[in-house]
Amino acid sequence: MDLTLSPSERAFRDELRAWLASNLPEPFAGQAHSEDRDYLEYLRAWQRRLFEAGYSGLTWPAAFGGRGATPVEQSLFVEEMARAKAPDVVGAIGIGLIGPTIIAIGSDEQKAAYLEPILSGDQIWCQGFSEPDSGSDLASLATRAVRDGDDFIVNGQKIWTSYAHVADYCFLLVRTDSAAQKHKGITCLLVDMKSEGITVKPLRMMSGDAAFNEIFFSDVRVPAGQVLGEIDGGWRVAITALMNERANLGAAVRVMLARFLETLIAALPEIPRPSSSHPSGSMSAAEDPLVRQKIAQAHLDLEVFGMTADRALARVATDGVPGPEGSILKLFWSELNQRMTQGAMEIAGPYAQLADEQEVWGEISYAYLRARGNTIEAGTSEVLRNIIAERVLGFPKSY
Amino acid sequence: MDFELSKPQKLLQSSVRELLSRECPTERVRELMATETAFDEGLWQHLADQGLIGLTLPEEHEGMGLGAVELAAVAEVMGSFCLPGPFLSNHWASTLLATAGNNNLAEAYLEPIVDGTLRATIALLEASGDWDPAGVTATAKAQPAGGGYRLDGNKLFVSDADTAGLILWVARLGDELAIFSLSAGIAGMEIEAMPAIDATRKLYRVTLSDVTVPSDRLLAGGEQARAALAFATREATIAACAELVGGMQWITNTTVEYAKSRQQFGKPIGAFQAVQHRCADLLLHLESARSATYSAAWAVAENDPEVDRLVSVTKAYCSDAAREVASSGIQVHGGIGFTWEHDLQLYFKRAKSNELLFGDATYHRERIARMIIDR
Ligand SMILES: Cc1cc2nc3c(=O)[nH]c(=O)nc-3n(C[C@H](O)[C@H](O)[C@H](O)COP(=O)(O)OP(=O)(O)OC[C@H]3O[C@@H](n4cnc5c(N)ncnc54)[C@H](O)[C@@H]3O)c2cc1C
Repeated sequence: MDLTLSPSERAFRDELRAWLASNLPEPFAGQAHSEDRDYLEYLRAWQRRLFEAGYSGLTWPAAFGGRGATPVEQSLFVEEMARAKAPDVVGAIGIGLIGPTIIAIGSDEQKAAYLEPILSGDQIWCQGFSEPDSGSDLASLATRAVRDGDDFIVNGQKIWTSYAHVADYCFLLVRTDSAAQKHKGITCLLVDMKSEGITVKPLRMMSGDAAFNEIFFSDVRVPAGQVLGEIDGGWRVAITALMNERANLGAAVRVMLARFLETLIAALPEIPRPSSSHPSGSMSAAEDPLVRQKIAQAHLDLEVFGMTADRALARVATDGVPGPEGSILKLFWSELNQRMTQGAMEIAGPYAQLADEQEVWGEISYAYLRARGNTIEAGTSEVLRNIIAERVLGFPKSY
Repeated sequence: MDFELSKPQKLLQSSVRELLSRECPTERVRELMATETAFDEGLWQHLADQGLIGLTLPEEHEGMGLGAVELAAVAEVMGSFCLPGPFLSNHWASTLLATAGNNNLAEAYLEPIVDGTLRATIALLEASGDWDPAGVTATAKAQPAGGGYRLDGNKLFVSDADTAGLILWVARLGDELAIFSLSAGIAGMEIEAMPAIDATRKLYRVTLSDVTVPSDRLLAGGEQARAALAFATREATIAACAELVGGMQWITNTTVEYAKSRQQFGKPIGAFQAVQHRCADLLLHLESARSATYSAAWAVAENDPEVDRLVSVTKAYCSDAAREVASSGIQVHGGIGFTWEHDLQLYFKRAKSNELLFGDATYHRERIARMIIDR
């Protein structure tokens, strides 16, 4: 066991820290929601800056524009971004999920066409998996693609597609053989979102912003060269992508959660506690023992999650595969965020219901609402527990 | 960064596992529970012969000079066997003895401790139940003309006091902390059992009334006493967390195995999703507690500047997780899990006593709060 950073890891971190000190943009002045075009451009500019400095797609092989960074360096990157309160990476789906899948399975033409624009933020991607009747049971998906000469013709509907309203491309799962067993007739297509016959309809999330969408496909022509992997071999592609998604979401989320807790801690001295609940007189939330317990609980939850994530990363670095700890990360952070934001709401008392995101109260209430989605997106908590039970603990399938 | 135990660390673990499978199967644990002291002279000697008693003690005192990661590796195995007796309390006290900066006392007592002939414990807690030494009220008064110290006070929850030849007594000397090294059974010392639910480790009330000890019994005072006690407590806390991890591993293995074999409604209960999801949570808690324990052990070994915070994070997490895991393990077993005969109860009770030992989650969360809110 050795948890010290190697000289090269330390050098990487110091260099990054220095770079961030002089390259971090001013915080965005406005509502930081993805449907806001100005915010989107702000984020794209940030990603381009990261790309130009070689900090986009760190773990991608150097041959594809990455730095072949180790998982530990990736984790340091995330930590430093959190420390610097850096903006989100807008092309995270492309960098974390779609790019690595194209690297693993794509043709040379596909690699040439998509990888660099994904890193630079020039191409934003969305992930068209879920359908109205196919959520957890993803393999039952029904959007159809029928071969017509050199093209496929796609008809059907996707739903809950994050970023589809701004995406240039969609990583789409379609059914190409409806006679085959459900896992065997699926194909993955890389679809230009400007294609004729595509309609995107934003859906508002309960948090108020419209970050996910419905996509309707009506006789959309997709050239056969846009198949990723093999025709009817899309399930394997989907699994590769989902594994990457769960691993990468966790890393990104660590930044977000740490930042939220910092904001909350900084606000504590300003949050009054009702004197009726403290006969000794009025005090600020920072002094209230119950508040202190909640804040410390959030902190330790987050720290233990981080240690488990580091352990999973270290395991990937040595074994090439995530250990049992890998499969529990998504479950851990999504439920931890719900606990943490719930605690923050209790601490803020009546202020917790206020919605103006320019104020800390609105930040808290937004985070609280948004956290409800965490245990649904990228595999519901129930589905993840099924996976742990079946694949890690060896129980029979329960459904 | 590498979380895997090294080859020597793994070897150490397997030698402890081998020793305990031979010398400490659960039948033996149950026999010892039923005794007054839960202490087994022969078993203790085996631990000493393998170097485990002096695992982290300095080589100049015949210890092995290893670090907190090795300690965690060993304690994890001990926890998986629910090893009875004074390993933790003795480790805590001997580490204090070794780090308090008093060569005379260290020389007099560490060797007999390492070779297994003497055991030590620390008398810290009082009626308030506060693990923070700042709360200590037992008094020490310097006697005139170098006449030593007069000690009075009432200590509770003192682990294994009945089998300890040496009791390290934490007192207040004026405004300062002072730790005295007392031989068990000196005149004016009373030791009385406090029967507790975890019978594998016995607790005692130790009272001193009008005891005068010579000046050379003062192990350390002031800042030195505080720092040495903090150091020893940090290390012992990691050992307690590692024990909890070992216990959680036992409970998880036993529960998953049971759920695969127990049949109801014509199928294994492990085919039911409600049971599966409980088991998935066992694994989540176990693996998270393991990540935290070894990260914190590393921080202790390396004297990381954040070590206090990381140890508190880990103890708070492990304390709550182990209680959850032990409860859930019983639930999956149904009626058999609620019996005296089933070994789950041993691990359930150990989870509770280790949760309280060195401070529960509430205590450690307040410590964390001081570090992250009041800084
Ligand atoms: C914020 C957000 C962003 C999203 N972004 C995207 C995206 O970009 N692209 C995309 O393709 N999808 C996206 N999704 C969709 C997401 O993947 C699905 O919502 C999810 O897979 C669940 O599917 P469902 O909504 O149809 O619910 P259902 O599958 O109908 O589930 C309903 C309930 O039943 C439970 N359930 C279902 N099957 C089982 C079972 N076998 N055992 C136990 N319980 C079960 C579920 O856990 C859940 O509680 C997003 C969702 C959210 C909330």
